[in-house]
Amino acid sequence: MYFQIHFVLLVSRQGKVRLTKWYSPYTQKERSKIHFVLLVSRQGKVRLTKWYSPYTQKERSKVIRELSGVILNRGPKLCNFIEWRGYKVVYKRYASLYFCMCIDEADNELEVLEIIHHYVEILDRYFGSVCELDLIFNFHKAYYILDELLIAGELQESSKKTVARIISAQDQLVEAAKEEASSISNIIAQATK
Amino acid sequence: MEQLKTIGRELAMGSQGGFGQSKEFLDLVKSIGEARSKAEEDRIVLSEIDILKRKLLEPDIPKRKMKEYIIRLVYIEMLGHDASFGYIHAVKMTHDDNLLLKRTGYLAVTLFLNEDHDLIILIVNTIQKDLRSDNYLVVCAALNAICRLINEETIPAVLPQVVDLLNHQKEAVRKKAIMALHRFHRKSPSSVSHLISNFRKRLCDNDPGVMGATLCPLFDLITEDVSSYKDLVSSFVSILKQVTERRLPKSYDYHQMPAPFIQIKLLKIMALLGCGDKSASEIMYMVLGDLFRKCDSSTNIGNAILYECIRCISCIIPSPKLLEAAADAISKFLKSDSHNLKYMGIDGLGRLIKISPDIAEQHQLAVIDCLEDPDDTLKRKTFELLYKMTKSSNVEVIVDRMTDYMISINDNHYKTEIASRCVELAEQFAPSNQWFIQIMNKVFEHAGDLVNIKVAHNLMRLIAEGFGEDDDDADSKLRLSAVESYLQIMSEPKLPSLFLQVISWVLGEYGTADGKYSASYISGKLCDVADAYSSDETVKGYAVSALMKIYAFEIASGRKVDVLPECQSLIEELLASHSTDLQQRAYELQALLALDARAVESILPLDASCEDIEVDKDLSFLNGYIQQAIESGAQPYISERERSCMLETTDYHSRDHHEVPSHALRFEAYERPKPSSLPTQASTELVPVPEPSYYSEAHQPISTSSVSERESSEIKLRLDGVKQKWGRPSYQSSTSASSTPPQAANGTSSHPDVGVGSSSLKPRSSYESKKPEIDPEKQRLAASLFGGSSSSRSDRKSSSGGHKPAKGTASKPPKENPIPVQPPPDLLDFGEPTATSVTATDPFKELEGLMDSLSQDGGSTDVMGVLYSDAAPVTTTTSVDSLLSELSDSSKGNPGTYQSQTSKGPNSKEALEKDALVRQMGVNPTSQNPTLFKDLLG
Repeated sequence: MYFQIHFVLLVSRQGKVRLTKWYSPYTQKERSKIHFVLLVSRQGKVRLTKWYSPYTQKERSKVIRELSGVILNRGPKLCNFIEWRGYKVVYKRYASLYFCMCIDEADNELEVLEIIHHYVEILDRYFGSVCELDLIFNFHKAYYILDELLIAGELQESSKKTVARIISAQDQLVEAAKEEASSISNIIAQATK
Repeated sequence: MEQLKTIGRELAMGSQGGFGQSKEFLDLVKSIGEARSKAEEDRIVLSEIDILKRKLLEPDIPKRKMKEYIIRLVYIEMLGHDASFGYIHAVKMTHDDNLLLKRTGYLAVTLFLNEDHDLIILIVNTIQKDLRSDNYLVVCAALNAICRLINEETIPAVLPQVVDLLNHQKEAVRKKAIMALHRFHRKSPSSVSHLISNFRKRLCDNDPGVMGATLCPLFDLITEDVSSYKDLVSSFVSILKQVTERRLPKSYDYHQMPAPFIQIKLLKIMALLGCGDKSASEIMYMVLGDLFRKCDSSTNIGNAILYECIRCISCIIPSPKLLEAAADAISKFLKSDSHNLKYMGIDGLGRLIKISPDIAEQHQLAVIDCLEDPDDTLKRKTFELLYKMTKSSNVEVIVDRMTDYMISINDNHYKTEIASRCVELAEQFAPSNQWFIQIMNKVFEHAGDLVNIKVAHNLMRLIAEGFGEDDDDADSKLRLSAVESYLQIMSEPKLPSLFLQVISWVLGEYGTADGKYSASYISGKLCDVADAYSSDETVKGYAVSALMKIYAFEIASGRKVDVLPECQSLIEELLASHSTDLQQRAYELQALLALDARAVESILPLDASCEDIEVDKDLSFLNGYIQQAIESGAQPYISERERSCMLETTDYHSRDHHEVPSHALRFEAYERPKPSSLPTQASTELVPVPEPSYYSEAHQPISTSSVSERESSEIKLRLDGVKQKWGRPSYQSSTSASSTPPQAANGTSSHPDVGVGSSSLKPRSSYESKKPEIDPEKQRLAASLFGGSSSSRSDRKSSSGGHKPAKGTASKPPKENPIPVQPPPDLLDFGEPTATSVTATDPFKELEGLMDSLSQDGGSTDVMGVLYSDAAPVTTTTSVDSLLSELSDSSKGNPGTYQSQTSKGPNSKEALEKDALVRQMGVNPTSQNPTLFKDLLG
């Protein structure tokens, strides 16, 4: 990784930036702490993706393909980290699901491993012993929860209770709608007896 | 009736908190789940896209339906397909008054759009409106979207409202407002530069969540400008102290640790503030010492904090006591069975070694174990450590290992990196020319297409100029050994282009120089190269030039030249080549063959590649010609500058010459510039290397490598550079003995290297006595890595006693050798998974109620155990293994295990319901996807 030129900068005399091109890795500082979150099943199926740094759809598919190829083939006793294209991917397997987060090389891997676990614990609490099926059919809820945990690639809340509280506040509106539905279902159940 | 039943069931599902979507959507998810191949999945998604395209065109779609369509779009996008046709509907949904729909809309747009998308402008207005909402949930949703969607241009549109929200009564809103401001700061620091004081204010927020969130922007700000935050050192320290004393609410506890994520963030900030600042560091000693004592190294999160402490200590100016504590923590990591912890240990070692170089010696065997571990991640980290501790005494072993590894991997990204590291180390510490050439050959042979072209030029220059000493004999030996090795390698198939260029060049210059090889032999070899790589024009060009040199030297020395038939045919072929370059070379060669010895000698003198060619920039040799032309009536030449002076009609040309290009970018609107429009902190941010920050510290290996690369391209092999890299005060003592540049002449140079050898001796001898089963091979490796080079052990023993008596205190006494006999006792005993032991460490158990009585049987506790066995750092590896294998056995999907699975959940009723639901869904548990049904957490 040699950089003869670290960056190219075109600035007008008035100080307006006209063009920038960054070559050195310190440009990553402008990006998020966590670059993306990826949930892949053992069969390599994507269960959830969240991208905090800019990636095009094509890059995303490539990233998923490459990473699931590497991670799914790793043995059980090995490190939960892999070095990948100058980044580090921290992953952890829960039953048949792999949770992966991509971070900068200089970050604390163990902490990110615990962020993953933190997320799983919150999911578990929300769904009541969460299983892959919950995430398959309720991926949007998993997204809502992730949004309360991480924002712009940074950990915004480390208290499970706080996350649970705001999610349930949001869900109360959903519950209101569902109560209607269940009363109808009762009527139907009565009718079909 | 039947239909009604299905409807009823679906509605009931919704009320159960189940899936709540329509049959169509559930079918889609199900069929994707059952798809056997990526192609099948793609086909299903494509037909779904068609359906959605059609449905979205229908008029008057009810909102509930629309919401589901949008979630289906999200699903499609998640699977990697383009759902852009429906983006506008998601944008529309954000306008809805119903929060439920609005939330879905915002979720979809944050997933679909990036900040530069055209549709953003349609959302900004909605966001503005929502930020003013009375409902804090609406505000939160809008703030979430802001963090993803707002770009530099739209920041001013929402900034005032976001700033107002910093004082919102709901802590959730304050927190998100802070994160939004942080995002703005990242996007465009100047837009929020006047608001930075708000971050300081929010640090004192009553809510720990808001305080914790504030640490994120503060970390960034301090990274950019340490000096203006020095006053906060004691605040951070006192916050950390309070956190460790459990002053925060219980809900922030995580695995019995008080607010660990906040602790880590604080430690990161402290590392920045204490960097190179003695007084700031001293304030931190107390709390860091406490952390080392208090941290529970049996949990993963405890180790995460310990690791962060080590990092902090490696950044600040540490006290000896803290260094010792850090070294202890590292040795615990290294002795652990967990690969994760070993990895962290190696990383920590790499950090501390900069401060106290002796520390690695205690862990030599652990390091070698990691180096030989099958886990690539661990191996690479260990190579990074070795790279950091390379000196001239161990460079041979380390670089040999590195090249071997480089050859064995396929990952081009890492191959490039390790190849450039090999080159760098070899250039810096090479003990002999032969060795250097060998290493370079290996690197070129296996990663020739990946290394920088400058490395090749460097190598050629080195061979041409020698190692700098005025010793022609040594130089010609070097050349001969290069030629010999190249002739050997050439026969291998498929060499990288760059390497062939080097080979051709060297053979051309020096192939016949010693008279050992005949011209026809060398030229035959060169023809073979041109023949075998006929598609590579650069290589061919090099080969033809080399042939030209060979023949030129032959002619010049008065020998008769026989052009080989294959060479003749090569020339003929190239004379008609489409490449003008090759054609030219071929013609030149042909012309040269017809010349006499004297002419040839002046064209291509022997070994003249390093002679400076003087370029006559004034083209004075043409003066006569010009004079003639002017005499016959031509106009004299007027230089550009003179011309512009003559044509001084507009002020355009009156400006300084080198300012002219900037005219193209001038716009009148910027006539009155603010002198400070580029804030000073932004400019310091751009300085890559000297910035004393967290990041620059982490990238140090890269920056130093680039420096050395640059320098070495100017000079040549830098054997005298040893001191420069390792000449830091802390190093001087231990490497002073070995840092004298080795003589270039002797091939097997031996280094006295007393200091290092002596301290490694004691622990090694203790391994020999205590652990007889340790591979002698490993011991040898350890000795060569951590000790001296090839001198005999007894030699070193005698010399060590004499030279470094004080070393004894630094090296550990034999009893504390780093081999783990027994892993530290674990809180979670996985061998005997009793219910009580799980409850003790499992916060979830408390929440989910007591385990069902059924869960007493082995299988179920195992499933609980999988999660926590992974989480626990120091489990014995065998038990994890069996847990996992049991798990996979139970997931085979036969009816028996399926039944037992229903009992696994903490609440059997709930699990049964889930099971029933699954059956209703029509998903067959015995399909090829049995794991679909396995609980994630037990």
